[in-house]
Amino acid sequence: MNLDSLYQEVILDHYKNPLNKGLSPTFDAQVHHINPSCGDEITLNLTVADGKISSITWDGVGCSISQASVSIASELLVGKTFEQAQSISDEFVDLMQSKGKKVGDEATLEDAVALAGVSQYPARIKCALLGWMAIKDASIQAQTK
Amino acid sequence: MIYNPIEVRRDFPIFTRTIRDGKRLVYLDSGATAQKPQSVIDAEVDFYRLHNAAAHRGAHQLAEEATDLFEGARAKVAAFIGAGVEEVVFTKSATESLNLIAYAMGNAPIGNRFHLSAGDEIVVSQMEHHANLIPWQQLAARTGAILRWFDVTPEGRLDLSQIPQLITARTKVVALTHQSNVLGTINPLAEIVAAAHAVGAVVVLDACQSVPHMKVDVAQLGVDFLAFSGHKTVGPTGVGIMWGRSALLEELPPFLTGGSMIADVSMTTATWAPAPAKFEAGVPNMAQAVGLGAAIDYLSAIGMDVIAQHEHMLTEDLLGKLLNIKEVAVVGPLTMESRGGALSFTVAGIHPHDLGQFLDSQGIAVRTGHHCAWPLTRSLGVPATTRASLYLYNTIEDNDALIEGIESAMRYFK
Repeated sequence: MNLDSLYQEVILDHYKNPLNKGLSPTFDAQVHHINPSCGDEITLNLTVADGKISSITWDGVGCSISQASVSIASELLVGKTFEQAQSISDEFVDLMQSKGKKVGDEATLEDAVALAGVSQYPARIKCALLGWMAIKDASIQAQTK
Repeated sequence: MIYNPIEVRRDFPIFTRTIRDGKRLVYLDSGATAQKPQSVIDAEVDFYRLHNAAAHRGAHQLAEEATDLFEGARAKVAAFIGAGVEEVVFTKSATESLNLIAYAMGNAPIGNRFHLSAGDEIVVSQMEHHANLIPWQQLAARTGAILRWFDVTPEGRLDLSQIPQLITARTKVVALTHQSNVLGTINPLAEIVAAAHAVGAVVVLDACQSVPHMKVDVAQLGVDFLAFSGHKTVGPTGVGIMWGRSALLEELPPFLTGGSMIADVSMTTATWAPAPAKFEAGVPNMAQAVGLGAAIDYLSAIGMDVIAQHEHMLTEDLLGKLLNIKEVAVVGPLTMESRGGALSFTVAGIHPHDLGQFLDSQGIAVRTGHHCAWPLTRSLGVPATTRASLYLYNTIEDNDALIEGIESAMRYFK
């Protein structure tokens, strides 16, 4: 296993310059998620317009994997319907659980395919999923509001 | 005689393997669990191969041998910590030991000295491992007692000036760690024990990070209960120790009930066997207890003072080298005064999880995160740290590998 397969340039770029970091003043759902095994925390705001996710903003502390992953997801899932977002999210979870056997479809996952290497490091999968689970939770809350 | 850790490493078979494509194993995670010498592995295997039967049950030779080995291990533990044999209780872990004490106190009826009710107080500290915080927090919630705690100073010490406010006539229990698993701080006990005893409170000591690393004598410490784990003491997993003073174990109700802990049983009532049996319901973890006995033999043959001295030398070396890197901030005492070999630190710009991953790629095993002491790390304003913890088989070469690893990680994540 090669460390560079885990820490792709794309990931380190998102880590150093995270997208959509800083919470929006208004939101349709706000969630706070914690990774109890390492102490990473994230607060995430989600807003909806015309049946689509119109913005995802977040703030939190965590490792490069968790921060890059939420940065990528917060960009990728905006403009999608909840169904589309769920489908992309499911594909990402599937990639994370692939134990290094899948590379991910760049057409749907875009930058998130750079996280494929995480699937070879079982202890890091939760890091990569933290933001995605927060978005999933916020989506459910926004829909039932 | 000069202590030679290289020779000691030969007793631990794990050091013959390599890590991540042929790298030398630099094991700096003994605070989580220690590696095992061959003699411990052999003792556990031999128990199953040659002597396996249910101790204290059965009228046959194997049962006799199993009982002798199991009780022999108890005697070794007792001698190791300066306790009476009947004061040593085998549990599955130190966590269970601490829960045993807390739950047993919760079972105490009115009139029993351990009975807790609204208005009583339990004192802990902010540097407790979750295993010595949550059992007390939950006992307080069940009984209406109030949980109070010592704060931790920015240097990672207990604030002893709080003793008069914290330990009062309302205090029933003071539960403290002997050595912090995060900070490495060795807590001063004499003043706290004296204050607790002056008001009739009992002192429970979490000795998970002290018993494996230094000579611990329960009589000398003056505490009332003590817990430690087998697997951090180069012994097997699945065995922990709960020690309590005889007179207190007599009054403390049982936690788990069942086979072999009774004096007499009818369909509606039961009376208890004397300690330690009262606290050991069910067929015990014999092979693990026997393995712990072998671990104690192993450590005793080297000598706890020799081990403590070696760790002190290593800790001083590593502390100095960490403090030399300007991006590194050590969390915990910066001097060797009352300090053990757990070194937690942060590196500017690198999250501990990323640092741990990088070090792993170099064959270096460290712990990262909040180390099961979340209230502590939050109070110190560092949600996560990297921890290197040293033991008898570590060397200056291991320290240097860590320092080189940190420096390489700083270049990698720049």
